[in-house]
Amino acid sequence: MAKIGVFTCWCGENIARNVDVDKVSEAISKLPGVACSMNYKYMCSEPGQSLIASKIHELGLTGVVVASCSPHMHLKTFRKACETAGINSYLVEMANIREQCSWVHNDKEIATAKAIELIGMAVEKVRRNHALEPIKVPVTKRALVVGAGVAGIQAALDIAAGGVEVILVEREPSVGGKMAGLSETFPTLDCSQCILTPRMVEVGQHPNIKLMTYSEVDKVDGFVGNFKVTIRKKARYVDIAKCTGCGSCWNACPKKNKIPNSFDYNLGNRGAIYIPFPQAVPARPTIDADNCLRLQSMKNGKELCGICQKKCQTEAINFHDQDEFVEVEVGAIVVATGYQLYSIKKEQENPNIKGYAEYGYGKYPDVIDSLQFERIISASGPTGGEPKRPSDGKTPKTIVFIQCVGSRDNAKGITYCSKICCMYTAKHTMLFKHKVHDGAAHVFYMDIRSGGKMYDEFVRRAIEQDGAQYHRGRVSKIEQVNVDGEKKYRCYGADTLSGKPCVVDADMVVLAGAIMPSSGVQQLAQKLSVGYNEYGFLSESHPKLRPVETNAAGVFLCGACQGPKDIPETVAQASAAAGKALIMLSQPMLTREPEIANVDEKLCAACGACVKACPYQAISIEEIRDRKGNFIKNTSRVNPGLCMGCGTCVAVCPSKSVDLIGFTDDQVYAQVESLADVF
Amino acid sequence: MDIGYYPGCALHGSSNDYEASVRVCMKALGVELNELEDWICCGASAAHCINKKLSTALPARNLGIAEKQNLKSLFAPCPMCSMELTKANEAIRSDEALRKEMSDIVETPVTGNVDVVNLIQVFQAVGYDAIAERATRKLENFKPACYYGCLLTRPPKVVKFDDPEEPTSMEELLQKLGAEPVEWNCKTVCCGGGLTLSDEEGVAAMTYRVLQNAIDSGANCVVVACPMCQVNLDMRQADAKKLGLTKDVPIFYLSDLVGLAVGCAAKDLDIERRYVSIPKDLK
Ligand SMILES: Cc1cc2nc3c(=O)[nH]c(=O)nc-3n(C[C@H](O)[C@H](O)[C@H](O)COP(=O)(O)OP(=O)(O)OC[C@H]3O[C@@H](n4cnc5c(N)ncnc54)[C@H](O)[C@@H]3O)c2cc1C
Ligand code: SF4
Ligand code: SF4
Ligand code: SF4
Ligand code: SF4
Repeated sequence: MAKIGVFTCWCGENIARNVDVDKVSEAISKLPGVACSMNYKYMCSEPGQSLIASKIHELGLTGVVVASCSPHMHLKTFRKACETAGINSYLVEMANIREQCSWVHNDKEIATAKAIELIGMAVEKVRRNHALEPIKVPVTKRALVVGAGVAGIQAALDIAAGGVEVILVEREPSVGGKMAGLSETFPTLDCSQCILTPRMVEVGQHPNIKLMTYSEVDKVDGFVGNFKVTIRKKARYVDIAKCTGCGSCWNACPKKNKIPNSFDYNLGNRGAIYIPFPQAVPARPTIDADNCLRLQSMKNGKELCGICQKKCQTEAINFHDQDEFVEVEVGAIVVATGYQLYSIKKEQENPNIKGYAEYGYGKYPDVIDSLQFERIISASGPTGGEPKRPSDGKTPKTIVFIQCVGSRDNAKGITYCSKICCMYTAKHTMLFKHKVHDGAAHVFYMDIRSGGKMYDEFVRRAIEQDGAQYHRGRVSKIEQVNVDGEKKYRCYGADTLSGKPCVVDADMVVLAGAIMPSSGVQQLAQKLSVGYNEYGFLSESHPKLRPVETNAAGVFLCGACQGPKDIPETVAQASAAAGKALIMLSQPMLTREPEIANVDEKLCAACGACVKACPYQAISIEEIRDRKGNFIKNTSRVNPGLCMGCGTCVAVCPSKSVDLIGFTDDQVYAQVESLADVF
Repeated sequence: MDIGYYPGCALHGSSNDYEASVRVCMKALGVELNELEDWICCGASAAHCINKKLSTALPARNLGIAEKQNLKSLFAPCPMCSMELTKANEAIRSDEALRKEMSDIVETPVTGNVDVVNLIQVFQAVGYDAIAERATRKLENFKPACYYGCLLTRPPKVVKFDDPEEPTSMEELLQKLGAEPVEWNCKTVCCGGGLTLSDEEGVAAMTYRVLQNAIDSGANCVVVACPMCQVNLDMRQADAKKLGLTKDVPIFYLSDLVGLAVGCAAKDLDIERRYVSIPKDLK
């Protein structure tokens, strides 16, 4: 015989204001199997919890219903309290009479009636609950970090410092990400390379970090604590273990300085065998197969060039190198794949996003994007930090900076604010003025968004001390014109504060393009079962309370792959993700909620509907064989490590062979039936 | 090919040379124009600023006539008309209440299922290659600046035609016909036509900007697909000269050039009655 205790909370006034708690307790006490029904001002408080414990002891309760706030808020609290008082925590249920009742109704009578119904449902459920034990799974104490920008570097260093082995995978030949190419950084104007390169070197040398550059994640199997990840090491044609980084090869390559260097956003050149920038880690070259004379000639059975190989003293170059697949086992994964800039030009890959043909980006060489400008004013950039415009190498005297290019422009299909461009544009004007004292920096903006410690002060400095001219308005068109024989870019803007058109003839134009997630991130997210939004930014589990976790257990996020952010925020998030990963990996065994799907293998017809429906790839079709190994039948089977208990499979199974432990059809129907007399 | 035809007021008035050009060119291409019976003004010039219902009802009546005549597509050579017709068409198609209201007002059923097209879209429907095959001469000597003005591509949500800022559909056609369209800045920059009555100085400055850029970019003529643009760019050159315009620029309709390419006589295309006369080598 069930002995259920029901404890209704007032939540101070939150519930009691709109729900007559005495009436509720009274009504519930009449339900069959309810051994006690009481209410209290703060159920979650120490006295509230003691009240529940004392009733468990006194009456020997077999189930508990707490009617209060959302289970998201306090289910753990009450389950723990009951567990301590001696009953299995899965015999405890909550009825949400706050968020779903008192807060959303203002007629007390109706709200009270609804509270009674909600609690009645919970009573019916708990009556059918069984004691359950959390699932325990072992943990592989090793982490994978994908992407080695500042986010991935920081996360890897922190995890490694916690004594856990890290595999750091980066698809480019070097670590560093965007930050390695930035000039000086707001809000302090310290040199980006100077603060980043020591960390790049550290990840290259740390005994706990295994660096895999020029590599990508190919496949992910397994589940939290026990992932099996296949990594594709792309053919580099240089054995980086043999290579000493002497440089004889890249200095001798006949293609030297002939191929646009993507690290410089094609403003500078490199050879077919190259390191992307002098501080690269590893400081080992890569051969760009598409541009190498030898590798191209080999397709036609010839062997042209090969100079680099002849120059190499250590026999590190191998023209027959192939992609290699490496399988690693890890317990946690941190995704740090960063961002790219929206491409601005007329032609766009994504049909939902439109370009700015009116700005002539891609057509006019001196209309560049903000990352290109970073290279132009970076001491390590293609112009050695001298501001020179790409078309003719002249020093620009007037630069127009346009903010919100793509961002916040519904007509182009990107609705969000990219968050960092107001700040880096202010930085750009300063750096330009520090180098070209008589130069003019014009900024067209919609709003200046400079929230952050010392951030608004930084923008004010650009305007007040360095004389950047800010115009509040958009530029509608940029035209290349000739002014007294000089090539200029005429920017037709508006100054909405003075209500006048504002036309500026610039020598160069810098566009603050929207921040978008890195290419290919969706495919990676699908391999990891991590969600993403319409733009491809990866989804955190909860925007406030679980900002670096994802809905895929054991997968964490940090940096710009989750949304636009600057370096301080990226680094903070990276350390947070590392911390979360370390906490997880520090446990001897992982416990998971036992409320997962379970297949009745006798009933299952192995139709595969659940396999297709499961968003976490947690179900597979398996064979059932007898002891002698004779095949009996196929059945679907749930991997308890992967199942997230979402219930999708239960809904699609045509033969009702899957059920969700702790949320069985039986329980759900009983809850619905308890409402039968209501309808 | 068979197509509905809505000339609109301009083509029956100030721009009847455009009508001649369109008719002759279409005939040469084998496109039969079925003029709407008893069409009315679409309200493009003023109604949309004054009365929303009226600005839908005026084009709706024409759309209703087209539907009654069983016309699947309706060609409006004036981009203002085609934009207003498209706008009304879309609104009526997607809103049942409006469909009913408009059908009542114009006293004929309107469903919003007519495909409204501009001049360039008619050429696209015929096919650029098919036109090139019909061509009897190459448009050598022609270095046109293709001018789309404000309306052919805008508002993009309504007209859904080409890139709103950097369209290329006229260039593609004229290239096929042997002309050498120039790269220039002002394809979609307003010529000020809409300010003709209210701000003469403003119009002169805007016209000057467009035409001078065409000249500076190496064009020897400007090609338009809009009666308003044609009139304005053609008629305002004297004013633009006061601002420094360096030479006369002949202004063609797109149908003039296509017509010339497929063998129509300059006289039939009515290209003689222009303010800036067309030089011999461009006839
Ligand atoms: C013009 C400009 C100026 C800026 N200036 C400043 C400034 O002054 N101060 C400041 O605080 N912030 C600044 N920022 C912001 C700064 O660049 C970012 O905050 C920071 O780079 C984010 O780091 P991240 O590691 O998340 O991303 P990224 O730097 O983009 O690094 C991501 C890494 O992941 C790799 N990757 C991507 N996909 C994969 C994959 N599938 N597999 C393996 N590897 C992958 C990439 O190759 C890259 O190395 C600026 C940004 C811009 C655009
Ligand atoms: S020559 Fe050989 S050792 Fe030197 S950098 Fe090139 S590959 Fe490495
Ligand atoms: S084979 Fe020749 S072209 Fe290719 S990387 Fe070596 S030196 Fe350069
Ligand atoms: S940060 Fe500034 S420039 Fe960037 S999108 Fe937001 S408002 Fe625009
Ligand atoms: S409950 Fe959800 S996660 Fe678990 S097996 Fe079913 S569909 Fe997959």
